[in-house]
Amino acid sequence: MKMIKNFALALTAVAGLTMAANAATAGAHPKQVEWQFEGPFGTFDKASAQRGFQVFKQVCASCHSLKYFKFRNLAALGYEEDMIKAFAAEYEVPGEPDEFGEPTMIKALPQHGIPAPFANENAARASNGGALPPDLSLIVKARHDGANYVYSLMTGYEDAPADVSVTPGKSYNPYFKGGQIGMAPPLSDDIVEYEDGTKATQDQMARDVVNFLTFVAEPHLEQSHSMGLNVILFLLVLTIILYFSMKKVWKPVKEGKHFD
Amino acid sequence: MAHGPAFETNSAVVKWIDDRLPIFSLIHGSLGAGYLAPRNLNYWWNFGSLAGLCLVIQIVTGIVLAMHYTPNTLMAFDSVERIMRDVNYGWLIRYMHANGASMFFIAVYIHILRGLYYGSYKAPREMLWMIGLVIFLLMMATAFMGYVLPWGQMSFWGATVITNLFSAIPVVGDHIVTLLWGGFSVDNPTLNRFFSLHFLLPFVICGVVILHIWALHLPGSNNPLGIDAKGKGDKIPFHPFYTVKDAFGVGVFLIFFSLFLFYAPNALGHPDNYIPADPMVTPDSIVPEWYFLPFYAILRSITFDIGIPFTDIVIIPAKLLGVLAMFGSILLLFALPWLDTSKVRSAKFRPTYRIFFWFLVVDMVILTIVGGKKPEGIWPVVGLIGTAYYFLHFLVVMPLLGKIEQTLPLPESIAKACVKKA
Amino acid sequence: MSTIENTVEGDDGVNRRDFLHVAAAGFGAVGAAVAVWPFIDQMNPAADTLALASIEVDLSKIAVGEGVVVKWRGKPVFIRHRTAAEIEEAKAVDVGALVDKQTDAERVLPGKEEWLVVLGVCTHLGCVPLGTKTGDDRGEFGGWFCPCHGSHYDTSGRIRKGPAPRNLEVPGYAFASDTVLKIG
Repeated sequence: MKMIKNFALALTAVAGLTMAANAATAGAHPKQVEWQFEGPFGTFDKASAQRGFQVFKQVCASCHSLKYFKFRNLAALGYEEDMIKAFAAEYEVPGEPDEFGEPTMIKALPQHGIPAPFANENAARASNGGALPPDLSLIVKARHDGANYVYSLMTGYEDAPADVSVTPGKSYNPYFKGGQIGMAPPLSDDIVEYEDGTKATQDQMARDVVNFLTFVAEPHLEQSHSMGLNVILFLLVLTIILYFSMKKVWKPVKEGKHFD
Repeated sequence: MAHGPAFETNSAVVKWIDDRLPIFSLIHGSLGAGYLAPRNLNYWWNFGSLAGLCLVIQIVTGIVLAMHYTPNTLMAFDSVERIMRDVNYGWLIRYMHANGASMFFIAVYIHILRGLYYGSYKAPREMLWMIGLVIFLLMMATAFMGYVLPWGQMSFWGATVITNLFSAIPVVGDHIVTLLWGGFSVDNPTLNRFFSLHFLLPFVICGVVILHIWALHLPGSNNPLGIDAKGKGDKIPFHPFYTVKDAFGVGVFLIFFSLFLFYAPNALGHPDNYIPADPMVTPDSIVPEWYFLPFYAILRSITFDIGIPFTDIVIIPAKLLGVLAMFGSILLLFALPWLDTSKVRSAKFRPTYRIFFWFLVVDMVILTIVGGKKPEGIWPVVGLIGTAYYFLHFLVVMPLLGKIEQTLPLPESIAKACVKKA
Repeated sequence: MSTIENTVEGDDGVNRRDFLHVAAAGFGAVGAAVAVWPFIDQMNPAADTLALASIEVDLSKIAVGEGVVVKWRGKPVFIRHRTAAEIEEAKAVDVGALVDKQTDAERVLPGKEEWLVVLGVCTHLGCVPLGTKTGDDRGEFGGWFCPCHGSHYDTSGRIRKGPAPRNLEVPGYAFASDTVLKIG
């Protein structure tokens, strides 16, 4: 186990170097948080991810979509089928044209993604001072150090330094590229009331949203971790057997025997 | 010649088939006991078979991905996400393919460096070396086009930047770029043809790999001593000795691969490629995959024109010069068998060359780092120095060193050199 | 080959040698076999395909004697609101004389005999039979008629004449409410 952990550490170091080599100098370096999904044995914190889904629904979803995340995917967070149907039914998606050829809206079904609240990109920009709220399905994978980035962005709003003049309608956030972000600070203490009674501090909500969005971006993460463990243990045993097999086969060569 | 005992069998069926289609004899003679290899090959010789394994992994996973992928600008990104989320084991197969490309380049770079260190490119293996370079070029083309297929931001802008290189060619450049695109920008026709070629080229690589092995079997493998293996006891049968050694190498390599595959599948990729392509917005910095970074650094290091001194006449503009330097850095390697004038193959007996070899390795690492940085501050200068050393190494150091270097005495035969140790 | 094996075998470790190599080959073979599975399973229906595997149909707009075609799992499903006469006709058939012996009761839900739901795929070679649209040729038995090779189906979707070997298949379905049918 220790060996695997060391391997993982070495790997993280290599990966970190590569990412550092790739890193664009955009925004401040994110705050480093310890996440349960990190590391070779990482798993999703499902209770936190469920709370994160609640925050997403009540706060984020007023501007952001999750087009690649289907309501049916919520089953993996522990929701029952009828709950998933009920969540879906809170949203509307385009249906078939009616008998007069007019477009219709129907209640979303489990197979639909979480739709954007705007009809199209122009409508979204018009409602957000020209900024386009991105789809968040892949946000954690689409940013450097994505989980920490989202957490830092959520909790990192502050007063602009004296030498920075913030455009009206924008907010100052050092973690955002360029420092000026179109999104007003989305999370403030007790903006949602958690169903499980957890205190909804800004920090707590930011963590919960990150746990949820990480699950959304990489739904097979747990499967990957557990499969990886099995595969690597298997390969270790196989490789050790092959090593001794090789030594055995090579013994006469090492002893100087000739074969030609 | 590298021939061992002829193929023999006790099975009447196998013999019947082999008399009519000598497939068993072929395998026996190329990967079996019929192929004799030097007895002293070290672990660096494992990377040829590992590169072959990577090619197989890429083809198998690639064919599977093609069953689910849609080469259309409107649907490509979505179809990749569908593979990642909905297709059974799709995430596993796609990560295998994406990381497999990196593994392939790791194996091939080590394979090439081994050739450089031990002088495997020298007579009589010049064809073997050049065919290998053809494989390398084909790999680069395949990897580049494959990276475009997910149609993320880095796909799109990588394709735009790299295809625009051809616009540096005088007179016909712009026409060539239009031809490559099938339009006036990287768009659906470009994506379609890249998919078609990305599917085709790996099979071309397979064909060239067969030529590579063919060209290997005539002179036989080089070895760490770099001397000809022709005396008694110099060689051992490929099977079982090198088959079992290769199998062990495969085990170690797959463990290394798995660590990336399961625990850091995106570490070698760029996050911007999880943003769908947007022709209206260029990312902050466009960086190729890590395996292209040294060549990208060479491309960007040239920021000056070449002209007639004290006039405004430009003979080669900077843009063209950069492109020539980048392609030249690889094409140069085709001439390496003649640029290296040394009579001795292996760096083991070339103490000075050995130092320069490691200079080159460090230079490549530096160029890799420079290729990943924005061209600001110190980096363009470092890139220029790195590029200059790269060309100096091959065009000046190698030819001169062969003439002036004091080499160490070569052993009489492989058998003597190795058996003594035992 | 034989010379190698003779020389490789030491005096001491014949069994251990055998065991090692057999174990290595066996382990490798098992690993390869397991690794093949993802590459086969990826061809099975993906999660999004399975998610679409059940659909709901509003029956309130289908008048008696009429039918509709809906798409389910990429195939047409015929839903017919049968008249009393059609139901009688289907029940009156001598089951023993049929190619594929099924009573009408086996093909509809009890208490919902007026709704016949069948896959619109001819059991001969997979064409879509006629008979759902008004004016279609319903064949000699008032059900459906397959124009490809001339199979006639009755008002219970059973094969009565022609080359088809089986009755039109009845998909699994249930009534979510009085007017909403859930297929799959």
